[in-house]
Amino acid sequence: MDSAFWSRMLTEETLAFHIIWAAIGVGVPIFISLAEFIGIRKKDIHYTMLAKRWTRGFVITVAVGVVTGTCIGVLLSLLWPTFMQLVGNVISLPLFLETFAFFFEAIFLGIYLYTWDRFKNPYIHWLTSIPVIIGSTLSAVFITTVNSFMNTPAGFKLDSAGKVVDIDPIGAMLNPATPSKVGHVVSSSYLVSGFLLAGLAAFFILRGRKHIYYKKALKLTMITTFILCITTILMGDISAKFLAKHQPAKLAAMEWHFETSKGAPLVLFGKLDPETNEVKYAIEIPKALSILATNSPDGTVIGLDSIPKNLWPPLYIHYLFDAKVSIAFFLLFIAALFLFLSLWKKGNPFHPLVLYGIVIAAPLSFIAMELGWIFSEVGRLPWIITGIMKVGEAATTAANVKLMYFLFTGLYLLLAIVAVTVLIRLFKGKTAEAELASKEESN
Amino acid sequence: MTLEVIGISVLWTFLYGYIIVASIDFGAGFFSYYSHLTKKEHIINKIIDRYLSPVWEVTNVFLIFFIVGIVGFFPDTAYYYGTALLIPGGIALILLTIRGSFYAFANYGGRQSKVFLFLYGMTGLFIPAALSTGLTISEGGFIVESDKNIEFLAVKLFQSPYSWTVVFLAIVSILYISASFLTYYAKKAGDFPAMEQLRRYSLFWSGPTILASILVFWGLSHHNPMHFAKAWDIRWVFACSFLFYLIAVWLMWKRKLLGLSFVAVMFQFAFAFFGYGYSHLPYLLYPYITLQSGLTNTTMGWALVIAFIAGLVLLIPSLVLLMWLFLFNAKYVKDGK
Repeated sequence: MDSAFWSRMLTEETLAFHIIWAAIGVGVPIFISLAEFIGIRKKDIHYTMLAKRWTRGFVITVAVGVVTGTCIGVLLSLLWPTFMQLVGNVISLPLFLETFAFFFEAIFLGIYLYTWDRFKNPYIHWLTSIPVIIGSTLSAVFITTVNSFMNTPAGFKLDSAGKVVDIDPIGAMLNPATPSKVGHVVSSSYLVSGFLLAGLAAFFILRGRKHIYYKKALKLTMITTFILCITTILMGDISAKFLAKHQPAKLAAMEWHFETSKGAPLVLFGKLDPETNEVKYAIEIPKALSILATNSPDGTVIGLDSIPKNLWPPLYIHYLFDAKVSIAFFLLFIAALFLFLSLWKKGNPFHPLVLYGIVIAAPLSFIAMELGWIFSEVGRLPWIITGIMKVGEAATTAANVKLMYFLFTGLYLLLAIVAVTVLIRLFKGKTAEAELASKEESN
Repeated sequence: MTLEVIGISVLWTFLYGYIIVASIDFGAGFFSYYSHLTKKEHIINKIIDRYLSPVWEVTNVFLIFFIVGIVGFFPDTAYYYGTALLIPGGIALILLTIRGSFYAFANYGGRQSKVFLFLYGMTGLFIPAALSTGLTISEGGFIVESDKNIEFLAVKLFQSPYSWTVVFLAIVSILYISASFLTYYAKKAGDFPAMEQLRRYSLFWSGPTILASILVFWGLSHHNPMHFAKAWDIRWVFACSFLFYLIAVWLMWKRKLLGLSFVAVMFQFAFAFFGYGYSHLPYLLYPYITLQSGLTNTTMGWALVIAFIAGLVLLIPSLVLLMWLFLFNAKYVKDGK
């Protein structure tokens, strides 16, 4: 195995680990801010407590997000120096802006954490949560534009020597993939954070916690996630149309669409024979792929036959895509069910089965996010920058990448174990009920 | 001013910012651990935690800013340094990761543990050592370019006396900078036992700092005589640095104007650091990358400068707010509220 292989492994591992914490870092501030606002507005101490307890856990996850984010930021140059040398010129603006957004967030997170009882007017403290949200969301936006650039490079030309010329910094940021990617990434980050918090509340109710505090937490998060489910799925649909237009190879591989055709059917599930490329056990929905990709039942969808075989992405991404979409619809179902049962007078949204569904939805949502990223990244292979540079050409020539891979693997394992242990210890024996009781006593 | 000069000045300023804030942080970690070993933690830990908790994340950003910035302005640096620094860079990253996350685990997780404290203290010395290799490598002699390949001579770096003088300077400086700042902070908090303890640290480490600086010059004169000659041409800058050093130590000794004493420390390092940087030019990596050869496309360069100014408009008020809330707010400094 060469440096390129280990560089890929290390990058994949770092990103897969980082996005868990990064998504929490982007999404949870929304919920904290929302809860604090409702708490001040309704003068309801339960919501304020919710914001405080979420914040306490959030800081731990943010710390892991920050340090792993630093890792991937630096590893980009360490593992892919040729890539950075070529396009460092083009993508440095969003990278630079991302650091600013992160800076902004870091400053206000410190302020938010340490000024809970500092101001007479509670809204002032609440206001400091807004820059945290803006900062974290903008970092997601800027970094996603870089990834979009790698999918659909724009905003520059290559001269005959292969050097980058005529750079348009804004054009590179606003490349064709940017709108759909940014929308999908931001919306799904909020979504998984919502399900994480909802899953926790549902878990505690199932464990027999009766306090209204948990029900309030569940209602707040589930109503929000219902909206987010819809926007995320909508963004996913926009992404499919985008792929059909700009990255047909990825779409064709993920849908196992071999022949360019009009009125293409959608292949759901199934199994591929790698020798003959025959699909078995699949559900075919006539014309659905054309509708999905082009908004018209007779639209033409480019198949893999139009793409040289050595430029095909790996065909296993179909499985990842199916799994991800299935989870997405399960998430929508459970959120809709909860909402329906809350609105229906005879309904009981806190039925154990619903609660179990929500508890399961939390890890599933994170799995869907991982699958989505893997499918999107692998779907770009063999390119690191579509049509410009292949993965193998970009990797470092340095020895010892393998050693680094194992060192970092150990590091992430350690971080995961310690972070989870610390989080559990943080809340163990300190129930919300007890904290609320002591708070009410002191008032 | 030309684009490349603006670029390198901005980046160098941020690296300087990082050196100051990170030194406070790294040194604080070491003092925490050391005072724990000598059973004096009750004296200074409260002061250290009160300052560090709201700002530790900000410290991290300074470094990322520099790295992202230098790759953006001078993409060739990514190619050369990226290939060469895989091992030292990777190790520094791992240490930074452990340090940052474990700080949060210990401080926000609400439980002080000896292991956390140990890791926090020791990584604070190893990280600057690892990061300072970047500066050593920039002097040339540790990277060889053959066709299509960059080779990093790790063994040579390890055996180089110059490299070790830089490491020595990095470590003693952080202890000196950190102690000087924390003495001032303790005084603001009215915590006189902590102040006395930290003052002793500051005076103790001031000597080795000057010794190490002289050693670095000696090492440089052997390793890269050309750079040394350029530094000698602007020796008045380094003389200024020494003057501020004397002012800082004198004020510290007299227990007078500790804030001003720390400002003098900042000037001492600013003169030395910018003098070093200026005499390093035009090379970013001797002899492969110069300021001009490594420059990014000019359109992008100006876009970065504009983004930088816009960013500062946002950042400076925020940083002032942060300092006003946690550094110059007597109530917070005294009671942590």
